[in-house]
Amino acid sequence: MTLDETAPGPVLEARDLSREYQARRGFFGRPATVKALAGVSLVLRAGETLAVVGESGSGKSTLSRILTMIELPSAGTLLIEGADVSKADAATKKRLRREIQMVFQNPYGSLNPRQTIGAALEEPLIVNTPMRTPERRAAVRAAMERVGLRPEFAARYPHMFSGGQRQRIAIARALMLQPRIVVLDEPVSALDVSIRAQVLNLLADLQDEFHLAYIFVSHDLSVVRHIADRILVIYLGHAVEIGSRDAIFTSPQHPYTRALLSATPVADPTVRKQRVALKGEPPSPINPPSGCVFHPRCPLAFDRCHVDEPPLEMKHGREVACWAVRE
Amino acid sequence: MPLLDIRNLTVSFTTRSGAFTAVDGIGLSVDQHEVVAIVGESGSGKSVAMLAIMGLLPWTATISADRMEFDGRDLRSLSAKARRRIVGRDMAMIFQEPMSSLNPCFTVGFQIGEMLKTHSGLDRAARRKRAIELMTQVGIPEPERRLRAFPHQLSGGMSQRVMIAMAISCRPKLLIADEPTTALDVTIQAQILDLLLTLQRDTGVGLVLITHDMGVVAEVATRVIVQYAGRAVETNDTAALFADRHHPYTEALLAALPERANSRRLPAIPGVVPGQFDRPPACVFEPRCGFSFDLCRTYKPTPAGPELGRALCHIPLVLGQPTPPRIDALGAPA
Repeated sequence: MTLDETAPGPVLEARDLSREYQARRGFFGRPATVKALAGVSLVLRAGETLAVVGESGSGKSTLSRILTMIELPSAGTLLIEGADVSKADAATKKRLRREIQMVFQNPYGSLNPRQTIGAALEEPLIVNTPMRTPERRAAVRAAMERVGLRPEFAARYPHMFSGGQRQRIAIARALMLQPRIVVLDEPVSALDVSIRAQVLNLLADLQDEFHLAYIFVSHDLSVVRHIADRILVIYLGHAVEIGSRDAIFTSPQHPYTRALLSATPVADPTVRKQRVALKGEPPSPINPPSGCVFHPRCPLAFDRCHVDEPPLEMKHGREVACWAVRE
Repeated sequence: MPLLDIRNLTVSFTTRSGAFTAVDGIGLSVDQHEVVAIVGESGSGKSVAMLAIMGLLPWTATISADRMEFDGRDLRSLSAKARRRIVGRDMAMIFQEPMSSLNPCFTVGFQIGEMLKTHSGLDRAARRKRAIELMTQVGIPEPERRLRAFPHQLSGGMSQRVMIAMAISCRPKLLIADEPTTALDVTIQAQILDLLLTLQRDTGVGLVLITHDMGVVAEVATRVIVQYAGRAVETNDTAALFADRHHPYTEALLAALPERANSRRLPAIPGVVPGQFDRPPACVFEPRCGFSFDLCRTYKPTPAGPELGRALCHIPLVLGQPTPPRIDALGAPA
């Protein structure tokens, strides 16, 4: 990705992030290596939304766990506000962790059922700031009002709220420390359509107000199209295409991106789409295919795809990793 | 005569805090060769209505209907034993979570065979042959080997294919699919929807598809029923529904879809779906409706004519604009 010289520096930059896990195969089996993420790079600027799109097993959750410093990458560099996370000392890491927060997919599982939501919202302030009790309480009330919850609900427990309200609480909690980056891991996929629109509006308002940078992890392309500025498509731990929303949606280049777009149902029966049918299912990351990881399911695959891994190259105004895409 | 004919179906549950009407006067008719979609958000009663038809609700449920016929037989007067001969054979269901609908303790071959053993007179060898045939039909590669697989060894898409194989094993006349693709990835969802449509075209089975995804409805269904808080608020042909919505809820629901938006802010529906204790007395959508007026809070709306999508509304919309009230100030038809 070329950097515009006049633009402010990126708030987050990832270079060739990889993550491997050791998985035991059976009781006596030899441990196998799972390559959950294989060299993903990205750049995120303040006020921008980068969507990470992929199916289950694509490594999008691993990526968000690494970006939020929950896990360390096996290889690669992660820079948050220009500071290298792997070389940072404990105090710097603690400061950086405040800058990047996460909202999880399932609002039913991400809140402690035995903690009032006031306490849940107050906790990050107790751990990270020297604020006194009255200041913290005031901050909690302000945060609840900001996300559209009545402040007098602070003494209630999570089970007393609906899914949409819980996701508002989770968003408020992520914003308590005024981070600059928020990683949203499928934040609306558990919500009903009418509630989903409310939460998406809230996210857009918060981004405008606090100039937040979002990493929006999702499999729902209609939501991504609405909210993202740029899109990163990953498949089996590899970035296959990255570019602006318009580039990706109006002229997708990678055959996987095309298949994803054509598989997404459109709420308009007059649109008759040519569906790019994909054969089979994503292979296991324990034993990934040789060459291009997508070649077993790819309709355009030819001999070279079986042997050589395609690099991400600038083609048609976006970066794409495919041998079949011509300049 | 339609294959499935339901009129004024009401299901209520006895709960500790009183009776709760989950389904309130729903009508449904499905013919062979038809794909009917039931759309609604969580709590709209779409699953409960289908479970009532299948007879799969617990004893706390009270089911009443003016008519409840399947293939010419009255489901209300059927004995449990007679019902069991129909359910699974002539009328089958596919559930949302393929992983949790299969029994983890038995191989998929055994579970498909179990259906055949219960409902057909096939012997062991014939059952095995038919199971392999079914698995091929639903697109499972290497069916002979997969017969011995346990559910945890299959992916979500493969498990759903097994569920479909079980559902079609006795060549049903009616197939009810309850959110069959919600738990699956988009490319797998496309495969499963294609499979269901191919089966439907080849065998002429009537298909009822329960979903919350308007995109799936647009691509698959011939007719749509929109449900909200236990009531059918709009019923129409798919093309007609997407061309013009007559109930304010349907209109708002489609407008709230990100793919139909043309600004950064989505036209969201304010508030939440009413629960057990805060259901409005008259029109259930009134508190969230942009068109509501005083009569909506006093009189229950009745369905409009088929040309207005049977919209359950006093002022059905035409091209987004309300029509004159269908009742006068005293609640009498205008």
